[in-house]
Amino acid sequence: MSKKVAFLQGNEAAAHGALYAGCNFFGGYPITPSTEVAEVMSIELPKIGGKFIQMEDEIGAMAAILGASLAGSKVLTSTSGPGLSLKQELIGYGCIAEIPCVVYNVMRGGPSTGMPTGPSQSDVMCAKWGTHGDHPAICLTPASVQETYEEVIRAFNLSEKYRTPVMVMPDEIVAHMRERIVFPEQGEIEVVPRKTPTVPPEQYKPYDTSFGDVPPLAAFGSGYKFHVTGLNKMQDGFPTTKAEIVQAEEERQVRKVDANVDDIVTFEEYLLDDAEVLVVAYGSTSRSARYAVNIAREQGIKAGMFRIKTFWPFPDKQIKALAGKVKGIVIPEMNLGMCSLELERCAQGKTPVLGIFRVDGEPINPDQILDKIKEVK
Amino acid sequence: MSRYELRFSGAGGQGLITAGIIMAKAASIYEGKQAVQSQSYGPEARGGASKSEVIISDGPIDYPKATTVDALLAMTQEACDKYTHDLKDGGILLVDSDLVKNLPKGNFKVISFPIINTAKTDVGREIVANIVALGAMVALTGQVSRENAEKAVLSSVPEAFIELNRKAFSIGYERALAASA
Repeated sequence: MSKKVAFLQGNEAAAHGALYAGCNFFGGYPITPSTEVAEVMSIELPKIGGKFIQMEDEIGAMAAILGASLAGSKVLTSTSGPGLSLKQELIGYGCIAEIPCVVYNVMRGGPSTGMPTGPSQSDVMCAKWGTHGDHPAICLTPASVQETYEEVIRAFNLSEKYRTPVMVMPDEIVAHMRERIVFPEQGEIEVVPRKTPTVPPEQYKPYDTSFGDVPPLAAFGSGYKFHVTGLNKMQDGFPTTKAEIVQAEEERQVRKVDANVDDIVTFEEYLLDDAEVLVVAYGSTSRSARYAVNIAREQGIKAGMFRIKTFWPFPDKQIKALAGKVKGIVIPEMNLGMCSLELERCAQGKTPVLGIFRVDGEPINPDQILDKIKEVK
Repeated sequence: MSRYELRFSGAGGQGLITAGIIMAKAASIYEGKQAVQSQSYGPEARGGASKSEVIISDGPIDYPKATTVDALLAMTQEACDKYTHDLKDGGILLVDSDLVKNLPKGNFKVISFPIINTAKTDVGREIVANIVALGAMVALTGQVSRENAEKAVLSSVPEAFIELNRKAFSIGYERALAASA
């Protein structure tokens, strides 16, 4: 039987990916250029007995999904820049209380209300540093409609596996462009279920590390009672200021991601074997980069691309290895230099990092990248 | 790699993003090619210059936006002034002859007919002007067959409006052929 195909927008694909992953609760507040996600979820969730709720604002939406997740649902919210800022307090809450959830944020021009219909990649630092305090961060940056669908599924899987909020951040171009998508069959892509308690309610502790760095999470309403707080907590969920417990718990929360970077980090290497010029790109910009790399090759320049699919945790190991082999790194991005800071950190002075930074609401075109590739000596 | 770039431009509310989506759908779902559709528009729901771009290729499409445009539709003078700068030498320019009076200088194949008025008087409803324009673009560019384009149109509109859109598409297709003969 031939597979189901459709011609969809990135945002529509994201919603369908969430449904494939078993999402049964959406809480959101509409905002350009992410609203299509909410539109599709509002139509589809009632059909499968799921719940869609439009909240009074973005932080309310974040609160709704955290609550629904604690009740055992797989949850999604979608937003864009200004909405992401408003959600940050509760994203931190999700991190410390270790509540699985997926935050889909379409990057538009900023700061503040900025340029609602213009593309941008200027929220990538906000994905890691937007909420205060040390915390784990996972952020995926898809580059096509098909990949947006698949990465949303992966985001759900990672959020369940590591019991932490996960962000998916397409730029406006990926979110709004339309391409053909081939839907996977049921069971074709793995869907990770939540680890739930194997002990009876009276023995259950929500942060019981005897089960490892990612303790099982019981659903409210299933007979298990426990305490949830934004304060630093003990294994039973109640607040503590005991130094050794706080230190150990903070380190464990961050370690959930740091100790598993090889499981989380994904990337694509394109023509890198003999590359002398390394173009690092993510999201829609990587499509311009691939075009430019192809033209450079035709002109006899040994260029290649490292495409970041997982922005956080950052692919430190891979970039550090590549930095020692190339004459220069070119980074095109629709911000004033965010990924470039990470690349400079990883390059450790071994090779120059040349940025192409654009924040005028226009995409970075292949010619701009080609010109920069040619500047590498 | 065969890369063919189309741009549908006009004012917000004229349905040009929809026209672009249908063209891309015809290519990628019915014609067996690859296609990417993208758009840019201002914050206004109506008015303001709006454009929808479609890239069609036999192989994978990396850069999703136009580089040099092969065929361009301009439904307003503002769109024509704003969006024709990267129309390819020898490219196709389709304009609404009632609304676009000043044509850009360049070596283009210009086809013009009163698109909106054709929708109003010949088809009977101004609202399908975008489908008249789409029919014309399909005829002029030859990137998808008439049959596949019609399938894409009919699968994209509400059932009650199938005949209206079929007629709009057909009239647009024929008018463009006549105008370019």
